[in-house]
Amino acid sequence: MEFVFSKKAKITFSILMIIGLIAMIYGYSTDHSHHHNRFWSNLLINGFFFFAISLGGLFFLTLQYATEASYMVVLKRIIEAITQYIYVGAAVLIIVFLAGSMHIHHLYHWMDNAVYHEYVMESTIGSDHPEYVDEMVEGAVVNEHYDAIIDGKSAYLNQPFFWIRTLIYLGVWCFFAYFFRKRSLMEDELGGTKIHFKNMGYAAIFLVFFAVTSSTSAWDWIMSIDTHWFSTLFGWYVFSGMWVSFMIFLVLFTIWLRGRGYLPFVNDSHIHDIGKWMFAISFLWTYLWFSQFMLIWYSDIPEEVTYYIQRIQEFKLLFFGIFFTNFAFPMVILMSRDAKRAIGYLIFVGVLIFIGHWLDVYMMITPGSVGHADFGFMEVGMFLGFLGLFLFTVFNSLSKAPILVKNHPFLEESKHLHI
Amino acid sequence: MADKIIYATFDDDHVLLESAKKLTSKGVHIRDVFSPFPIHGIDPVIGVKQTRLAICGFIYGLTGLTLAVFGMYYFMIVDWPMNIGGKPNDFLYQNIPAFIPISFEFTVLMAAHGMALTFFLRNWTLPGIKARNPYPYTTDDKFVMEIHPSDNHISTDELMEDLKSTGSIAIEER
Repeated sequence: MEFVFSKKAKITFSILMIIGLIAMIYGYSTDHSHHHNRFWSNLLINGFFFFAISLGGLFFLTLQYATEASYMVVLKRIIEAITQYIYVGAAVLIIVFLAGSMHIHHLYHWMDNAVYHEYVMESTIGSDHPEYVDEMVEGAVVNEHYDAIIDGKSAYLNQPFFWIRTLIYLGVWCFFAYFFRKRSLMEDELGGTKIHFKNMGYAAIFLVFFAVTSSTSAWDWIMSIDTHWFSTLFGWYVFSGMWVSFMIFLVLFTIWLRGRGYLPFVNDSHIHDIGKWMFAISFLWTYLWFSQFMLIWYSDIPEEVTYYIQRIQEFKLLFFGIFFTNFAFPMVILMSRDAKRAIGYLIFVGVLIFIGHWLDVYMMITPGSVGHADFGFMEVGMFLGFLGLFLFTVFNSLSKAPILVKNHPFLEESKHLHI
Repeated sequence: MADKIIYATFDDDHVLLESAKKLTSKGVHIRDVFSPFPIHGIDPVIGVKQTRLAICGFIYGLTGLTLAVFGMYYFMIVDWPMNIGGKPNDFLYQNIPAFIPISFEFTVLMAAHGMALTFFLRNWTLPGIKARNPYPYTTDDKFVMEIHPSDNHISTDELMEDLKSTGSIAIEER
């Protein structure tokens, strides 16, 4: 069966994108924060959040390949369609980073050359490009923007190395998204088990690469906004967030498609299984969120605790609110077996914690870049706009191939899943 | 006639499941099935009700959580307030992040132990209690179905015939 990207859906998503565009123009013109930081951090939040959903999808897909799992085979095309947004998401991220490199915005404080040099030539202070020097020479004075802590991180946090890393992450991830999609379509044509067994090895290579780069990319793109601060489990925290966001989206999307009659081969057991994932990964996220918070709260070391002081002072309701929603709703509502098979429960919890995890990304970025909670039309509108773009891309790639894979060795087994 | 019990042995769980389905569709009541491992899908066929162990587990967990929070409240706030890292300790909520790991662990401890004990008690499989399975080989590689002719209106001979035709390898009446 082919999925049809209906005209109605196209119009809906286009309207969402137009709302997003209006929000961007309106937001950019009314945003009076330093260097339009509020606008750019919204672009980064939405760019990263939806990129992370498709990256989480790619991770989940390769996890299925590497473990040779059969139960998700009937949902494989849906997961693949979600991963195909990764190119668009990567483009948005590159725009944000390029603007940062060109000093159009100031999300990444460390991209400013001034913080790395102890001295500055007195005659050039106040000009567009002050001349910084590392040694006291004739005509130089002490640079008041010099930041010894950031300078100490300069071996890692410098622009050339940042760009090399970023391009490697994005390039390899996009390549694998393209590669696995191509092989999946190839399997439909050719059949046999050769592609299946090879996929296992390629997926393992991806997972090893992803294990390292999911952490380092989170440091580079998100943790470096709060440049002074560091946390060793930050990468896993971001990773668990992207995984659970993907699981929620998969649950909601599958339920929607099944309601439309596109998935006659998906039974309650499949829904139960992905519901379990949503439940379990919510706990992983909570565990990492809380571990990071509690250790820093307990030790109370000034250089670490500033991160939370700002979040608690400026964003108290949001900060504790998302913790409770993203933890309490899945725990209380999804604990029993029957609830994971009840569509109504899954949709209710799914929508709530989907927004909760968007707010989680908001809480990672905004306190370091804007500093206080400005929440208005720009935030909501840009979220809707990017949602439209994301759904448009996903629907479009889903309609490009049959919605059920052919010739996968585990297809029959997956159809008869019974738990 | 003293109550006799029919024990039908099978050497494959799928055969037993199919046989049980056939028998129950004729209205036969199967008292019990002995198996070395859980047979997928047998419960609704032979009329075993869904377990209430999960509800017990929830209650034990809740008990553990309450006990842990109350205990730490009493030890650390009321009875002997301790100054740890200069944290204020006048009220419970000021220290709650530090108590969460312990509350969690105690919840899990109570739920796990409570459920294990309940399970053993309910099945009456505590140390020193004689095993109730009729044949020791049901803990190895055979499956046994237990049927009481007194439960059913079908004659014993017909039952035996049905069992044999559906793949039982040995039938004993005792």
